[in-house]
Amino acid sequence: MAIAPVHTDLLAMYEQMLLIRVFETEAERQYKAARIGGYCHLSSGQEATCVGVIDAMEDDDLLVTGYRAHGFALARGTSPEAVMAELFGRRDGCAHGRGGSMHLLDTDRGYYGGWGIVGGQLPLATGLALALVRQGKPQAVVCELGDGAVNMGAWHESLNLAALWRLPIVFLVVNNRYGMGTAVDRASAEPDLYKRASAYRMHGEPVDGDDLEAVIDVSARLLDRAREQREPSVLEAITYRYRGHSVADAGLAYRTKDEISEHQQRDPLLRTAERLRAAGATTDELRAIDERVEERVSAAVEFASDSPEPDVDALAWAMHSQGSDEQFARMRPGSPFGEEELVFDGGLGK
Amino acid sequence: MSTATEQHEQQSEPDTTGTQRMTYREALRLALREELRRDERVFIMGEEVGVFEGSYKVTAGLLAEFGEDRVRDTPISEEGFVGAGVGAAMLGERPVVEIMTLNFLLVAMDQVINHAAKIGAMFGGEVRCPLVIRTPNGAGNQLTAQHSQSFDGWFAGTPGLKVVTPANPADAKGLLKAAIRDEDPVLVIENLPIYKEKGEVPLDPELVTPIGLAAVAREGSDITIVSHSFATVRALHVAAQLAEEKGVNAEVVDLRSLRPLDMETVAKSVAKTNRALCVEEGWPSYGVTAEIAARISKACFDDLDAPVERVGMAEVPLPYAKNLETAAMPNEDRIAAAVLSVLA
Repeated sequence: MAIAPVHTDLLAMYEQMLLIRVFETEAERQYKAARIGGYCHLSSGQEATCVGVIDAMEDDDLLVTGYRAHGFALARGTSPEAVMAELFGRRDGCAHGRGGSMHLLDTDRGYYGGWGIVGGQLPLATGLALALVRQGKPQAVVCELGDGAVNMGAWHESLNLAALWRLPIVFLVVNNRYGMGTAVDRASAEPDLYKRASAYRMHGEPVDGDDLEAVIDVSARLLDRAREQREPSVLEAITYRYRGHSVADAGLAYRTKDEISEHQQRDPLLRTAERLRAAGATTDELRAIDERVEERVSAAVEFASDSPEPDVDALAWAMHSQGSDEQFARMRPGSPFGEEELVFDGGLGK
Repeated sequence: MSTATEQHEQQSEPDTTGTQRMTYREALRLALREELRRDERVFIMGEEVGVFEGSYKVTAGLLAEFGEDRVRDTPISEEGFVGAGVGAAMLGERPVVEIMTLNFLLVAMDQVINHAAKIGAMFGGEVRCPLVIRTPNGAGNQLTAQHSQSFDGWFAGTPGLKVVTPANPADAKGLLKAAIRDEDPVLVIENLPIYKEKGEVPLDPELVTPIGLAAVAREGSDITIVSHSFATVRALHVAAQLAEEKGVNAEVVDLRSLRPLDMETVAKSVAKTNRALCVEEGWPSYGVTAEIAARISKACFDDLDAPVERVGMAEVPLPYAKNLETAAMPNEDRIAAAVLSVLA
């Protein structure tokens, strides 16, 4: 017999995973229609890791990610409208059209950014954790990174600092097998990435990143450890991305179609749907979720299309804080010696 | 009329009126101590800032007074702990990160340029980064090519950062305090050779030097020398010497803040003197003097009686041998010669 609450939770998580899948498919379509620009890195195939880790987080835990950010933002509860509007470069985007695909954020939900430089978010995440400790708060930080980022110096420096200072942080290595087109074993002398934690006397462990419940279990355990004992850890979620590195990459130069199909046999959505059916979910329930998700993504596209472009007069908006206007007064256009070409009069603060 | 107890209390209260003569280093330390006392969110982080009391002793005594949480020793991991400062600042802390010298900030450039400087604009104003990085630059002690550089212009050319460069003890205190109270990332570039220079420093803990205002460090009428940091100290020496020996009356404008930049003070001075020499300790190509000279050429086109001249570090990796180092530096002889050439 299925226990109702588990079934209900699992249904909700399945809906979030499906939302990510459908959203990403739509984002690719919109990119190809030239309504989304820049880089656009999709999370298709990695939904169980996104949703599972975030499900284990408490509301006031903090999240930092790399640039494959859509799935995490959606899983954290940022509205598909705000994410799609950001991809469209519109005013109602979560970063008001200033960040785009790689730089989503939602501070109300503790999401302190998608960051675009491989490994660059790690030192910063240790700082968030340090601030939590200084402020006497009991929360933890999840810092997501890709398998490529473990070969950056920032990884070493951040893990050392986190262990040395006992910071409440879980380094979530999303190992999707390729850093761009370079397979993990062609880039890492120790391809079992979680083992690297031991160099810092830190706990590390792997998980099947496509098994939603396994991801939730281990994430909850490691987050508890971070919150309650201030023990940082490394969680390596082994998953697979179906699409290329970004929308501009067909994703076939470094792997075969057979390899992709093989992974699709173990698709996290199919696996979760199977568990749901086993727990008593009906075809009608699953179909209703399908329909709802399609509607939500359509609504997000409509919202993003309707959202106005950012005001060009506000080009420099928020670059500096309130109160900076006076400091820049002698540099701005309109001041006797301001440089029109160099500094835009955009309002210097929020 | 006062009782003995009141007298005792008055004696133990720190004097917060008037000024006191102290070194640039002591002025920095006073600024840090005052801000640590004023605001619990302020904490210091860097290599050797605590137990060792600072590589250059700026933080001497602060660990004993404020403890390890406020004065935090770090491993040799500039990218790591500058980034930790960025993250802590994003959550509302006021980290003051010390980098042993500006040269070592290069290994943390990603955190400074790609992260700290981007946060306000890139996230649409949803989060801020009130981070202070303080670090000395400066050459002249035979520290050789890797330890004698001034990249002030690189940072000042980056939108999203603020860069201040105090040239005297009063500004060292006032600008560092202003930086710590600022809501945005501020790089405070100090200077090793002037850590020991003395000057009068205001004791009022609420007094700061506003960011974005240059100062006329010496009034004159014949030529404007525009400088910052140690170059200002040299310019003032040269101006005094030329006044005595050649009857030349040079005005010295100390930029104090490179970004925001106060061109108004520079241009008003050049409008008066009609001649300008720009001096810096960095390499002049694409440097601070290049920027200032370009701006003077536009803002003061009708005022100039001579081309704008520049003096900076010779464009070589700084050599070790004392005579070579001296020859490469923007030393006082080179500045004086440049002043006379502009006046010729």
